[in-house]
Amino acid sequence: MALAERVQSRREGSPWTGLWAVVAKEMADHLTSARMRILEFLILLTAGGTVYVAMQQIRSAGISEQFVYLRLFTLAQDPLPALVGFLVFLVPLIAIALGFDAVNGEFNRKTLSRILSQPIYRDALLMGKFLAGLFTLALVFTAIWLLIFGMGMIGLGVAPGSEDVGRLLWFLLATVFYGGIWLALAQMFSVVFRQPATAALASIAVWLFFTVFWEILAGLLAQALHPIQFGLAQEILGQAQLQMTLERFSPNTLYAESMVALLNPTVRSLGLVLPSQLQGAILGTPLPLSQSLLLIWPHLTGLIAVTILIFALSYVLFQRQEIRA
Amino acid sequence: MRDVIVTRDLTKRYGNFTAVDNLNLTVRQGEVFGLLGPNGAGKTTTILMILGLTEPTSGQIEVLGYDPTRQPLTVKSRVGYLPDQVGFYDELTALENLHYIARLNGLNGKNADTRLQAALEKVGLQAVAHKRVGTFSRGMRQRLGVAEVLLKQPEIIIMDEPTQGLDPEGAREFLQLVQSLKEEGITILLSSHLLHQVQAICDRVGLFNRGRMELVGTVDELARKVLGRAYRVIVEVDEITPELTETLKAVPGAVDVHPLEGNRLAVEAAGEIRHEVAQAIVQSGRRLLGLYMEAQNLDEIYAHYFKEVEHGAR
Ligand SMILES: Nc1ncnc2c1ncn2[C@@H]1O[C@H](COP(=O)(O)OP(=O)(O)O)[C@@H](O)[C@H]1O
Ligand SMILES: [Mg+2]
Repeated sequence: MALAERVQSRREGSPWTGLWAVVAKEMADHLTSARMRILEFLILLTAGGTVYVAMQQIRSAGISEQFVYLRLFTLAQDPLPALVGFLVFLVPLIAIALGFDAVNGEFNRKTLSRILSQPIYRDALLMGKFLAGLFTLALVFTAIWLLIFGMGMIGLGVAPGSEDVGRLLWFLLATVFYGGIWLALAQMFSVVFRQPATAALASIAVWLFFTVFWEILAGLLAQALHPIQFGLAQEILGQAQLQMTLERFSPNTLYAESMVALLNPTVRSLGLVLPSQLQGAILGTPLPLSQSLLLIWPHLTGLIAVTILIFALSYVLFQRQEIRA
Repeated sequence: MRDVIVTRDLTKRYGNFTAVDNLNLTVRQGEVFGLLGPNGAGKTTTILMILGLTEPTSGQIEVLGYDPTRQPLTVKSRVGYLPDQVGFYDELTALENLHYIARLNGLNGKNADTRLQAALEKVGLQAVAHKRVGTFSRGMRQRLGVAEVLLKQPEIIIMDEPTQGLDPEGAREFLQLVQSLKEEGITILLSSHLLHQVQAICDRVGLFNRGRMELVGTVDELARKVLGRAYRVIVEVDEITPELTETLKAVPGAVDVHPLEGNRLAVEAAGEIRHEVAQAIVQSGRRLLGLYMEAQNLDEIYAHYFKEVEHGAR
């Protein structure tokens, strides 16, 4: 952010002048756009379907444990994956859809020079668009969460426990942060590429890379950097640990692990578990929420840090850009 | 008269290419200043630097006493800008588009509404205020652009190629609108590559070529400086004789006389000599069939001047 600071310290006036005007306009755009209707329909269908199936299973199996609401998110029945399985795809998709034409769209409509000739800084436009996307994500997923709670209350006939609600709220937060990364990425590509289609494609390429290839690559990298020469347990362990560290560079891994820790209270540790670490632990007893949160704290901060990093990069790129058509 | 825009040795380079080269421009309060030159001359670059939308490579700018590179918000809240390509959000109505701009300018509530209505009225678009901008013609968009600029009640309006893409009638109407803004005391800086179209409304013009502006002044001043004449009197007579040509050349103030097609002659002059020309024709015994004075044509001045510059450079 050195460049950003230098630019700002030389300039008079708040960089956030006009920010909320931008946020309001962009959110109104998002919420009324046809694109959003399609996505809302898609996610409603997914949530409705998976939660319904999960509910059937809960009823037929007669599950009546403490964390039954968490099960609504995680229970799958072939061939339908659980809701959480869908979220890993849907969240990036929606986030990318909200951001890929943020800046180049203004440019192509020839509105950019008009907007930037108003008494605002470019900061306000970029940040406003990001926040509007993030708030829209939050709004949509909050609505879905509420819908699921509603379905649960009607279908299961029990109210969610406070632990359920707490865990699901944190999961909601993690989901929005996870979306934030893809939103920031799509927005960055919308600064870099003049064509919205190119920006969308680039964002999807990055997402595919982390979804499909990163795990394989992390495995290969770990093998190359930490080869097993003598077959010692230490070596095997070291390699596995390296692979996991590498995998955690993927936002998908960070999100998936947060999801596991939050929705499965019995998970006591993420990643490799050594027998020595389990000594004294009573397997199967759920962790309190605060302990689970401690487990994923690095993950959440990681998600936010990456978002900020990508946003800062797009900020620098945008500052340098010529705005003329 | 106060100088509202002043640039000193303003320069913009893109790599090795100099788009604007040591520009010294002064625009005075209340005037219409025309920045004229062919495509690629550096007009848009100059305008963007004046608004603080592009960083100058070197040199200084003062707009209403503020520095647009350091105080862009102040400058942009007092200076309206109509870009060369005016785009709106097509799916929103005219009013909604203006509303957004009003909010970006910190205008809210009743104050904003009054200004919105006044601006739409000024440009004659109140009837279509609730129509989506997607249905607007190029001319209507241009006027909506002016309405948007008027929202902030600017002291200066900068227009980049405002008549481009308008049909002759539309361009004429638009220039009338510009004239009426000037009468309200707003200083106007406009750029154009169509010299003849805007010369009529410009108090002063600056001729721009390849990033340099070497000629500034009223059209008459430039004509005198470049062509050696400010007026051209065209006369039609029954017959052109060598004596008549000699007589006309001898009229005080006449610079040159040359025949045109038909029985017409052009008398180039440094001053207003219509009366003297008429007298000379009648006294020489010829019949005067017609006489009129041609306004100066910037295109001619421009072509002439830059031909000279190029010759000089060689
Ligand atoms: N971002 C840029 N990079 C390189 N050259 C540019 C850039 N923007 C403009 N130019 C060049 O600068 C010159 C002046 O452009 P411009 O100010 O748009 O001219 P005008 O508005 O008078 O037609 C042109 O030759 C143009 O090609
Ligand atoms: Mg131009």
